[in-house]
Amino acid sequence: MSLATAPAPEQDGVELTARHHPRVALVKPSNRRRRLAYAGLTPFAAYVLIFLALPTVLAVVTGFFSDDGSLTFENITGLFTPTILATFGSSFWLSGVTAVIGAVVGVLICYAMLGTKVGGLLRTIIESAASVLAQFGGVMLAFAFIATIGVQGLVTVILRDTFGVDIFADGVWLYQVPGLILPYVYFQVPLMVITFLPALTALRPQWAEASATLGGTRFAYWRYIAAPVLAPAFLGSLLLLFANAFSSFATAAALISQGSQIVPLQIRAALVSETVLGRENMAGALALGMIVVMVVVMWAYSVLQARTSRWQK
Amino acid sequence: MGVLGAAGSHLAVAKVSANQAVRIGAEPSTLARRLILGIIGGIFLIPVIAMIEFTFRNGLAGDYTTSHWTGLFSEDSARTYRGLYQAIENSLVLAAVTVGIVLVLLLPTMVLVHMQFPRLKRTLEFICIIPITVPAIVLVVGLAPVYSVVVHVLGGSTWTLAFAYGITVLPYAYRAIQSNLDAIPVKTLSEAASTLGAGWMTVLWKILLPNLRRGVLAASFISIAVVLGEFTIASLLNRRNLQTALLQVSQSDPWVAVIFALAALALAFILLLIIGRLGSATPSRRKS
Repeated sequence: MSLATAPAPEQDGVELTARHHPRVALVKPSNRRRRLAYAGLTPFAAYVLIFLALPTVLAVVTGFFSDDGSLTFENITGLFTPTILATFGSSFWLSGVTAVIGAVVGVLICYAMLGTKVGGLLRTIIESAASVLAQFGGVMLAFAFIATIGVQGLVTVILRDTFGVDIFADGVWLYQVPGLILPYVYFQVPLMVITFLPALTALRPQWAEASATLGGTRFAYWRYIAAPVLAPAFLGSLLLLFANAFSSFATAAALISQGSQIVPLQIRAALVSETVLGRENMAGALALGMIVVMVVVMWAYSVLQARTSRWQK
Repeated sequence: MGVLGAAGSHLAVAKVSANQAVRIGAEPSTLARRLILGIIGGIFLIPVIAMIEFTFRNGLAGDYTTSHWTGLFSEDSARTYRGLYQAIENSLVLAAVTVGIVLVLLLPTMVLVHMQFPRLKRTLEFICIIPITVPAIVLVVGLAPVYSVVVHVLGGSTWTLAFAYGITVLPYAYRAIQSNLDAIPVKTLSEAASTLGAGWMTVLWKILLPNLRRGVLAASFISIAVVLGEFTIASLLNRRNLQTALLQVSQSDPWVAVIFALAALALAFILLLIIGRLGSATPSRRKS
């Protein structure tokens, strides 16, 4: 994700020469070489099979077994109990709210970056900062927000002592789900900048010029030209942000030590609980639930992405 | 001189009006740009400033001290923070092994697919993007049984965790290398080399690798940044890395935990700034 800013391929010339180049007989692989080349794929294939495919299958399949190894749907039906449904609900809510805030603020930043030079100092600094902050989620982010809006945090203290505003008048909410909103927004906005900036900067200045020549106002340009063109990219980025928040664990784990109000924390509880036997298989069912959500969201994302790339090239 | 000056100012006028014509349509004014970036940037700086301020706090006394910083350089710091230093070492080893996995497993596979099996390109891309859809918190559920076997075969040392990290960095490393692969004429280069009698290894080592330097460096740096920030898998498989140790240290000495978090953040920023420069340097070098 962070490398959406990597240099754009300058492929046209390359492709042409490759296509019109008469194939050198030497390079055309013989059967033996072909087999050898296939053998070259095996290490990576084996690696991905053991450490990606196998864990994914195991994670999903354990949900269908009870702790004594017999087939059961108990864990899956367990997903539809009110507690677990409420957890999914607050995960959706948290992801949705932070995705929308992140997307709106991120678009503002992207807009402000319009017209800056690609590879210029400002661009490089903001893109690098966005890459870092998009990766910033986790323990360190939790520290940052405890230092900022914790009970003795810098902002909390200034607001309390200077302005007489107590942000925790109704109780400390930082260590609850609402407390996750600000930290999540902190890594959602940079992710929006990374994913949406290429789409926004790909808007051709000629479109704006054409609109202006025809007497279009700035508003008309944004409303009738830029907005429709950018809509798929915006929705796609929004979905990516949603998926990002939905699957994020570390920040919540560092901030919320009691209770499991969102799905990833519920998985932690199921994995580490030693008192409740058979809960480990519940983790499998929860993982399945998460994968289903992620697959739907990422599928929609790739559909929108395909629509975006149609005109971006 | 006067004529030249006049021509120059004419040019300047033309330039300004051209700029304005574009601005009418799309771009924000300089003032708007500064306002937006200034305000949002300022808000995003607050938590970082709060972290820095926090490291100088003297407990709950309300005054400031530098003892948390100086304590790190005192004689018994190595002993006091032994666990933390050990965890940093673990994380550095993990970063190194993960980069090794990217270079030894992913990179040759990508080159091979690019040259010999163009039809598998989509499949490889799909595989490398999967870790976004199957996030670490889901993967770790299935990794637990896999690692009980890994520990049996390879022992329980921390570096084995890099096998899992190699998967989590796949999407990032793949993009970095692929954009470089797409930008160089792999086929022409390798055909030219083979025509001149170079073997497979020579082509890979002496022709392609130097051309892929930027992509490989970017992939390595992003992998390091991701591994240094990884918490989920280490925490749930009960391993000690930088992040799990930071969380543990923060219970007893939050100031030092925040100091190390700031250092890790600064390091990540430098790494990604270098990637940014690498990326932007590519087109200009290609032109010259």
